Amino acid sequence: MSLISWGMYPRIKNRVHKLTDEYSLKETLKNNDELIAFGNGRSYGDSAINENIVYTRPYNYFLDFDENSGILHCRAGVLLSEILDSYVSRSWFLKVTPGTKLITVGGAIASDIHGKNHHIEGCFSECVQEFTIMIADGEIKTAKKGDELFLATCGGMGLTGVILTAKIALKKINSQFIRQTTIKTKNLQETFAAFEEYKHLSYSVAWIDCLAKDENLGKCLLMVGDFADDGDLKYKAKSKLNIPFNFPSFALNNWSVKAFNWLYYWKSPEGVSKQKVHFDSFFYPLDSIRNWNRIYGKNGFTQYQFILPKESSFDGLEHILQKISQSGKGSFLAVLKLYGKGNENYLSFPIEGYSLALDFKIEDGLFELLDQLDEIVVEYGGRIYLTKDVRVSQETFEKGYSKIETFKKYRKDNNMSEKFNSLQSKRLGL
Amino acid sequence: MSYILIVGAKSDIAKEVARVYAQNGYDLYLAARNSKELEDFANDLKVRSNNQVELLELDITAFNTHETFYNSLKERPLGVVVVSGYMNEQHLVEKDWNESLNTINVNYTGAVSLLNIVANDFENERNGFIVGVSSVAGDRGRKANYIYGSAKAAFSTYLSGLRNRLYESSVHVLTVKPGFVATKMTENLDLPEKLTAQSIDVAEDIFKAQQAGKNILYTKWIWQYVMLIIKHIPEFIFKKMSI
Ligand SMILES: Cc1cc2nc3c(=O)[nH]c(=O)nc-3n(C[C@H](O)[C@H](O)[C@H](O)COP(=O)(O)OP(=O)(O)OC[C@H]3O[C@@H](n4cnc5c(N)ncnc54)[C@H](O)[C@@H]3O)c2cc1C
Repeated sequence: MSLISWGMYPRIKNRVHKLTDEYSLKETLKNNDELIAFGNGRSYGDSAINENIVYTRPYNYFLDFDENSGILHCRAGVLLSEILDSYVSRSWFLKVTPGTKLITVGGAIASDIHGKNHHIEGCFSECVQEFTIMIADGEIKTAKKGDELFLATCGGMGLTGVILTAKIALKKINSQFIRQTTIKTKNLQETFAAFEEYKHLSYSVAWIDCLAKDENLGKCLLMVGDFADDGDLKYKAKSKLNIPFNFPSFALNNWSVKAFNWLYYWKSPEGVSKQKVHFDSFFYPLDSIRNWNRIYGKNGFTQYQFILPKESSFDGLEHILQKISQSGKGSFLAVLKLYGKGNENYLSFPIEGYSLALDFKIEDGLFELLDQLDEIVVEYGGRIYLTKDVRVSQETFEKGYSKIETFKKYRKDNNMSEKFNSLQSKRLGL
Repeated sequence: MSYILIVGAKSDIAKEVARVYAQNGYDLYLAARNSKELEDFANDLKVRSNNQVELLELDITAFNTHETFYNSLKERPLGVVVVSGYMNEQHLVEKDWNESLNTINVNYTGAVSLLNIVANDFENERNGFIVGVSSVAGDRGRKANYIYGSAKAAFSTYLSGLRNRLYESSVHVLTVKPGFVATKMTENLDLPEKLTAQSIDVAEDIFKAQQAGKNILYTKWIWQYVMLIIKHIPEFIFKKMSI
């Protein structure tokens, strides 16, 4: 069995070491020169891929839960979906969740993931009290907020060791439903104005139609909302068997993308409308289609996600959207999001500003286009998100991350640079 | 309170079955040899579900302990799921009588010993369900695993008779016939992906079939047809085959 990431590219042969207990992990560390942790493979690129993989998903016991403080103690292979299955009905929810619940706690820490509420709650590391991690010499360390090990590991893409357990804080909710407002905008100006107008609400995200041109450039559907207060918490984990089918792997072409964007955009009413939706469809619209990544065909796909500082966001986005719409390479999903202040972690992605994420099928000419987009991102002072990346150059990457030297030095000083590596870390000289 | 007794609770399938029942609000008795090894797992279930989980020591081949074991449960279980099973490599089993005997005792005799007691109790109460995890290997003897297969065949036949007997007392009996399942037991075998189930899927299939009152469950479902074909190959051809 070889493991691949969500983008299904690259495919290499790897040896998979299942994480079942600390003792055998220590042996695995001793017997292999180099390896990388792999959670549930929801990262798009090559950050969890190497010849030797520690597969952490089987290491998934819950250890303790404090009903008063909402602190959950669990092993790193636990999926966020498992947490929801257990605790939504008891009125608890994740403080920070990405657009899929099928990721591990270890993966959430290693990518320091963020959700639709970054402008309010920050990254996942905010809700992490402490975690334990096995480092290069096989020792298990506890990292607390403020420790160097904490700063390097949150967002550190598995390059500091194998996270074993974590204590994370959940938040109280009073309903399994979200009161959502949908705002349909006509162009980028309106989109930005709408983000600002609604930024007091917890959750916000926009779907941008990337193929729109000229005066329609940047038109979007902005969805904002907060948990309702109706006391309905009767959440029953959906049986996995109910997930109906695998998407047929038809080739995704420009026409199907256009049709999708067009349908999505037009099916919602003009201006501002209100809905009450279940949290599953609000946060995880794609999880109900198992293996939707296969829609892109055998060669795989990638997600290009960058963020620009607030001052340059408008100009930069305009520039990039123009470039994409000229290229004619459609993106199935283009997600725009407003971010709050960045944190102190060495490699966490978010900074205050706007980020855009676009999916592209891997085909000839794509990486050249992305190289051109990189130049614009660098020009406007932005950076690329590692957990989505499979091709960025060391130069572009380093220009975006100011704490890169601190990270590298920390790895070197603690003998991590040799032991923990992914294809990505080697490409980027991390 | 409603307890489900899971026998052979250490196997991968049993653990997933335990999770599914816990998720659906049932309390659990987990019975196994060296049940202490299940402490972390039992704690996991408790933290996840807020239900009761009790570990019980049970050797399925220690027949004379079964009566005491069952009578000492602090509360009658609502249902019993027998997952205990043992399979070693055929070439070892056929040369070593103790291996053969153990294969038969774990897969068949032990289950009969325990389920006789359970069945009498459930019949009296006119309440309860029994799930027996047998195997497609019991549908036809093959040179690759016929000692294991014959014990499972006997177990399937036993369950079928039990179902027939207990029908009148509204006690339901489900026979489960898994095909290939990706577990510790099969980790080193090169199994065909399309025919191989994950333990979690088997567990969910079992839960659904039990709740729906099904009689025989093949999981994955495709095995019903695979076995239909295998069963219908004429013996004079079958005996020459290597499958
Ligand atoms: C549909 C979809 C939507 C998404 N939406 C968002 C979003 O809104 N926001 C966001 O931030 N991300 C998002 N992501 C990305 C995803 O949240 C991250 O890639 C996440 O890290 C994946 O976790 P995983 O458990 O699958 O880890 P993997 O993909 O297996 O690994 C990701 C990284 O974590 C490391 N890692 C995993 N486990 C451990 C461990 N135990 N110890 C040390 N390192 C470890 C790996 O080495 C690797 O570098 C999305 C992905 C998908 C598919």
